[in-house]
Amino acid sequence: MTVRKPYVRSMEGWWNRVPFFRRYMAREVTAFFVAVYGLVMLAGLVRLSQGQAAFEGWLAQLRGGWSIALHVVLLLVFMYHTYSWFEIMPKTMPPVVIGGRKLAPGTITGLGLAAAAAASTLVLVIAWVLAR
Amino acid sequence: MKHSNQAPFWLLFGAGGMVSALIGAALVFLTGLAGPLGLFGPANPITYEHLVAFARNPLGGLFIFFVIALFLWHAAHRIYHTLHDFGIHLNAFWWLCCYGVAAAGTLVALVSLFKI
Repeated sequence: MTVRKPYVRSMEGWWNRVPFFRRYMAREVTAFFVAVYGLVMLAGLVRLSQGQAAFEGWLAQLRGGWSIALHVVLLLVFMYHTYSWFEIMPKTMPPVVIGGRKLAPGTITGLGLAAAAAASTLVLVIAWVLAR
Repeated sequence: MKHSNQAPFWLLFGAGGMVSALIGAALVFLTGLAGPLGLFGPANPITYEHLVAFARNPLGGLFIFFVIALFLWHAAHRIYHTLHDFGIHLNAFWWLCCYGVAAAGTLVALVSLFKI
């Protein structure tokens, strides 16, 4: 009996083979940036709880060039996350039937993006009003 | 009932994904760019006084808590399941790296909010 070494096709870089897989991977990888931003906010909250001097130190770090560059990248990735989240929403949520017809995927994505635009505007306006 | 422990994680993933999709970009812009760079002029919300007042307000505190916790749980769940796609064998270590960090972050956020 010979020891055979069967051919196993490598799975390395499989997500680069088809655009569909590439989009899937891009969508999933946004989670890493969401985690980074969550931890940045957590650090800010911890510094806030330690008093004014600690918080001012954190703010000074946020003004640094690397932090600004990081947040520009975060902003772009979050915008992509918003787009991809609502792009796949027609597939991830249960079908909505209105007047005997299924809501079109494009409508669901469009409504989601409109809701995101409205909610984001609201957040910025509320922040501005509270600080005024 | 092998997957019965999956539902809460999946719900946290969904809730965090929705909140971050709705307002995540606005929050990044607010706390990471507009605040530090002073883009709002004299009405800058990202100052010690404004944020302490916001965190002490019950609604403001809940908002901060849910944003941080949900973002972390969303990311933990998604990263954990994507590790497999990168050819990483999932085990208790990776589980702790993902969900453990989210749980610890949630706890730290809660303690910090009560201290303010």
